Amino acid sequence: MSAKANHSPHRLSEKAFFESSGSALKDPKLRRNFKRAMNGLMEKRRDIFPDASELEETRGRAGGIRRKTLAYFPELLEKLEANCESNGIRVHWAETTEQANQIVLEIARSTNTRLAVKGKSMVSEEMHLNAFLEKHDIEAIESDLGEYIIQVVNELPSHIIMPAIHKNLEEISQLFQEKVDPNRSSESAEEMTATARLILRQKFHDADMGISGVNFAVAETGTLCLVENEGNGRFSTTLPKVHVAVMGIEKVVESLQDLPPLLKMLTRSATGQPITTYFNMISGPRREGELDGPEEVHLVLLDHGRSKIYEDELLRETLLCIRCGACMNHCPVYTRIGGHAYNAVYPGPIGKILTPQIEGIESVGYLANASSLCGACVEVCPVKIPITDILLRLRRNRVRKKNARHWTDLNGGKSLMELMTWKGWKQVLSQPSLYRTQASLLSRIGNLLPAQIPVLRQWARSRSLPRFSKKPLHRLVEEAGIDHE
Amino acid sequence: MKPSCSFPEKPEAVYYFGTCLADLLYADAGMAGIRLLQREGVRVIYPRGQSCCGQPAFNSGFQDEAREVAAQQIVQFPKNLPIVIPSGSCGAMMTRHYEELFQGHPLHEKAQSFSARIFELSEFLVNVLNVKLEDRGDPVKVTWHSSCHAKREYGLGDEAKQLLRQLKNVELVELERENECCGFGGTFSVKFPAISGVMAQDKSADVMQTGADLLLSTDCGCLMNINGALEKQKSQVQSQHFASFIWNRTHVS
Ligand code: SF4
Repeated sequence: MSAKANHSPHRLSEKAFFESSGSALKDPKLRRNFKRAMNGLMEKRRDIFPDASELEETRGRAGGIRRKTLAYFPELLEKLEANCESNGIRVHWAETTEQANQIVLEIARSTNTRLAVKGKSMVSEEMHLNAFLEKHDIEAIESDLGEYIIQVVNELPSHIIMPAIHKNLEEISQLFQEKVDPNRSSESAEEMTATARLILRQKFHDADMGISGVNFAVAETGTLCLVENEGNGRFSTTLPKVHVAVMGIEKVVESLQDLPPLLKMLTRSATGQPITTYFNMISGPRREGELDGPEEVHLVLLDHGRSKIYEDELLRETLLCIRCGACMNHCPVYTRIGGHAYNAVYPGPIGKILTPQIEGIESVGYLANASSLCGACVEVCPVKIPITDILLRLRRNRVRKKNARHWTDLNGGKSLMELMTWKGWKQVLSQPSLYRTQASLLSRIGNLLPAQIPVLRQWARSRSLPRFSKKPLHRLVEEAGIDHE
Repeated sequence: MKPSCSFPEKPEAVYYFGTCLADLLYADAGMAGIRLLQREGVRVIYPRGQSCCGQPAFNSGFQDEAREVAAQQIVQFPKNLPIVIPSGSCGAMMTRHYEELFQGHPLHEKAQSFSARIFELSEFLVNVLNVKLEDRGDPVKVTWHSSCHAKREYGLGDEAKQLLRQLKNVELVELERENECCGFGGTFSVKFPAISGVMAQDKSADVMQTGADLLLSTDCGCLMNINGALEKQKSQVQSQHFASFIWNRTHVS
């Protein structure tokens, strides 16, 4: 099972989610790949944070920095714009992904760009930038190895940090042989990396434009920071004559001092690394007398629903995210269904809170329901985003959005049934005598309920049905003469 | 884990909130909890009008319905006495979410007092009653599943395990991925039965791996889920609420 990019937007519907997660669960190889990879990542994170209290303190500090940023969000963005401009970085604002794509296209046209090399960027995934550029006859080549692999097979990233994590080495080797290097029978990881490097070197050399994401943008100095391991980010941002950085507006931080704690938490939470191989700080185009660097640097600041998210005090915490991926590595749902099953750019817990807010709670709210609320994500999030509280709020907002009429329209009557269920539930459980009659009834006939009742049938696929006690507790209590006041 | 200062002195009496799951499905566990408290010389009061903490509706986004049911509980427990619950998950609902649920509601103050008096059974037995157990049971090997809500939402420590370690004939073997969710998640298990089912199967496979005779936990939801998966796989491993287990092994009949 794999999500084909097909240059079409994701199929975001509850039905599609059921289908894709269902088939992912039935794919033993996929499940093995994810389990192994996620176990490895969890172990690495555990090993690099041996001291629990120190970890708590650092999470608190990193979260504090991000919260401070949001407290002055509009001012910091203005400061970032001003300081980037004075560094010679041209700043563009885009409210929608269409606008952002258009901006990139115009820059490409004005610089006669035919080929662009890309460093890894989730915001560019959000924009579906590659497909857009391709439609306008501009080739965009992914240069991060994982991204390159999935681009070759026309798939989408399944993880925000490790986009090809759904494939094991054997599969990658096979597709390399099919699509990249047909002359070889099989390749080791090193050989494949060497092959990709050779191909990409030429692309870096030939490219007119480099496109990258941004991990942190420092408002006080107008500096764009890029965290990476392969050096492809540095290549993409220094070799081509034009560099376009695309960034979600929430990535701004106030000062250079804010960077070390955030960087520390990002790399450790993501891959268990103390630091990445490369940390790029970009502070403008090539200056007079400098030997390298692009002639033009552009920064595209994308909103795409973020300022709307910012309006609510709890939901705003979604914007604290530094995209480390730890929440998905530790998520019992993500590790079982994998990233593609979500049919969304951002999978896992962060995707469950972000996607419904960006794409609309009414159409994508089901994602907020697809969680057992176990809180494993909250426990590891390096900036302490209250993911489960946000999920609960989104569930509530979804219910509020629907009036009785909507309820029937939305889901072929299924939602109406849900509404009626909770209304009935409330009726029974808020009236002691009614509740007790019903409870006694259940203890008498509950175990005889036919397993064909839809809810029970679903449950019974993988579990035997729960058994009702012969007498409910409140009866036992009465018989035992326990005080009632 | 709660700081020790948040526990009261041993009281003369406590309220008991049985929870709807214990009422319907694990009545023996509910009763065992009462017996364990009574044995320490505490009078147990079980208000008859209680039903459910409201969590199922609350977690599904039906806040108004949850509030109405929750309000019905709050008025049942008026005296300034600790309220003991054999569930960390319901405890989390009552301590963490009532505040928000009753913002601006006439019951707000009462809800605050209610929340502040909530104690999960194992932490109450250990930290307030300082329970000492004498094992009268046969040798047995048990393993432990930690409820996500109890641990992460409620902040429950390892008091229940401390109690088990007092039992000389009980061997407690660690469960691999003890803190990983069993897949229950309330309505999650019926809304996303395939995902939830796989999680339950994985959990039960881990349980079987331990070689234990019995799986124990603080929460009936998890038990019902994991037990269902164990049974489905025709496993010999039984499951039980820790309160039933402890009571059955320690009381003189
Ligand atoms: S939500 Fe937290 S854990 Fe998940 S990607 Fe963002 S920062 Fe990392």
